Amino acid sequence: MSYKFLEHTADVKFRAEGSSLEEMFVAAAAAMNETVRGDIKILEQEEKGFEVEGKDQVGLLYNFLEEFLFLLDAEDFLVAKVKSVEIDDNKLKCVVVGDAAKNYKFTNDVKAVTYSDMFVKEKGGKFVCEVVLDV
Amino acid sequence: MDLKKISDVEWEIPVEDGMLVPGRVFASEELIKNIKGDKSLEQIKNVAKLPGILRASYAMPDMHQGYGFPIGGVAAFDVDKGVISPGGVGYDINCSVRLLKTNLTEADLKGKEQEIAHSLFRTIPSGVGRGGDLKLSDDELDEVLVGGAQWAVEKGYGKDDDWKHIEDEGKLGGAEPKFVSGRAKGRGRGQLGSLGAGNHFLDVLIVDEVFDKRVAEIFGLEKGQVVMLIHCGSRGLGHQVASDYIKAMEDEYGVPEYDRELVNAPIKSELGRKYLGAMNCAANFAYANKQLITHFVRENMKNYFADFEAEVVYDICHNIAKFEKFEDKEVLVMRKGATRSFGPGREEIPEDYRTVGQPVLLPGSMGTASYVLVGTKKAEEISWGSTAHGAGRAKSRTQAKRDITFEEARKDMAKRGIVVEFGGQKGMVEESPFSYKDVDEVVRVSDEAGIGKRVAKLRPVMVVIG
Repeated sequence: MSYKFLEHTADVKFRAEGSSLEEMFVAAAAAMNETVRGDIKILEQEEKGFEVEGKDQVGLLYNFLEEFLFLLDAEDFLVAKVKSVEIDDNKLKCVVVGDAAKNYKFTNDVKAVTYSDMFVKEKGGKFVCEVVLDV
Repeated sequence: MDLKKISDVEWEIPVEDGMLVPGRVFASEELIKNIKGDKSLEQIKNVAKLPGILRASYAMPDMHQGYGFPIGGVAAFDVDKGVISPGGVGYDINCSVRLLKTNLTEADLKGKEQEIAHSLFRTIPSGVGRGGDLKLSDDELDEVLVGGAQWAVEKGYGKDDDWKHIEDEGKLGGAEPKFVSGRAKGRGRGQLGSLGAGNHFLDVLIVDEVFDKRVAEIFGLEKGQVVMLIHCGSRGLGHQVASDYIKAMEDEYGVPEYDRELVNAPIKSELGRKYLGAMNCAANFAYANKQLITHFVRENMKNYFADFEAEVVYDICHNIAKFEKFEDKEVLVMRKGATRSFGPGREEIPEDYRTVGQPVLLPGSMGTASYVLVGTKKAEEISWGSTAHGAGRAKSRTQAKRDITFEEARKDMAKRGIVVEFGGQKGMVEESPFSYKDVDEVVRVSDEAGIGKRVAKLRPVMVVIG
């Protein structure tokens, strides 16, 4: 599992990879969370679970990543790491661990996940996706 | 792509494959070079393919690549045959700028810059929510979404003169809280009164140069005066409204084959009307947000200057769709990273400015000059009453990080004599002037094209970024 940031004039773009679809989702979440909080370390204080659905893999990825913005803005929760992702067709279950955002000094620049240039594909036994975040 | 030069400051993209109208770009040779470096011209062409678009697909001098529309994109649509696209408004609905004039001069700040900047930083971004003391109930949040800045003033955060100097008097009509999802409300509830991060900021500046004395006097600006710029938007609530309706429109109408990001719905369809109702709510959230921040700024500055006063000069939208009349015909104008620039006489302009035109506020990048312009009749004729909204990003954030370190960015600010308070090192690098187009050139083009005339130049002395 890995991710890297790509060039984009106004926004943040990344590519994430994994040897399974689930691993790729975890990598994408890591890229997303790095963009949200920078390189500060978040303590593993509390576990939370959520479920999302999507009409296809791209829709599922979009809704999955958006959940992290919701956790931060609505529940003041910063994710330290994704513990597990289970995907069954177009449904996803996720468990994350993290801490209350108010305990950290950081700035979140991410306004939204976008469909801009977004794709999910399987290539030579690997899953790859690209995502642009509106910042 | 064919790009025809019309004048030193105007270019045309002639109608080709699927475009319903031509593209029109306000830019100089220097700016067009930069514009060619990303996908923004392609985006102007795609906007020209949207059903019901009128006259042309426009781009302002600070244009760069955005989501759907380019940033700096302006288009107007026939109310009966046209469409509304969340990509024509942006994720940060009513991302906007407010200018306050104060009763201080530069000399009053001497020696206190560091301390004041620090206290503003501590007071503002936390604001209400996130440990703040005002928790909004569902009903109260709905009142904010309908009442905007006027709601905030009624609650004691400011005075009536404040909202009289805001676009739409700080309260856009047609706001329908029932069309804002619970998720969007959940994201916004705790964020009212906070600046947010990224390119959002609070600047303390000095009126450095006055180009048009008569208009400056009417706006209440004079050389040497301390002024403040507040730049922020509708925070998580607006972002979620955009996301929700992009998804809903995709499900209902599918995606245009020329650009998925230009997903849209007919203006008069149920979904189109719902989006507009929700968008107006987000816009009002942003107006209320800046009203609260204004209140916090006033309270904070009174700790340093007992008789401190700050009046609202004007407050303008950057990301919005609005019904406006041109030559007696109502159209829906979408401005994405662009400013309304109405000339004299329009009834939308506050009474005391109506003889000269509306103020247009053009913030530069961190550390560079900002400008006050005045709207023109010509803008109403050639750009749907619109002009630029800022310096415009020229370099990607990743590129910025490669080109300049945090220390270099900080030294550069010190050399310019500017005190900076910031939330994180990355903002300092990404927002440094090295990453942006030359604001002086953007303003020169606006002035020469006649779509927004120079009134005053503002020089920053303190910058507070989220």
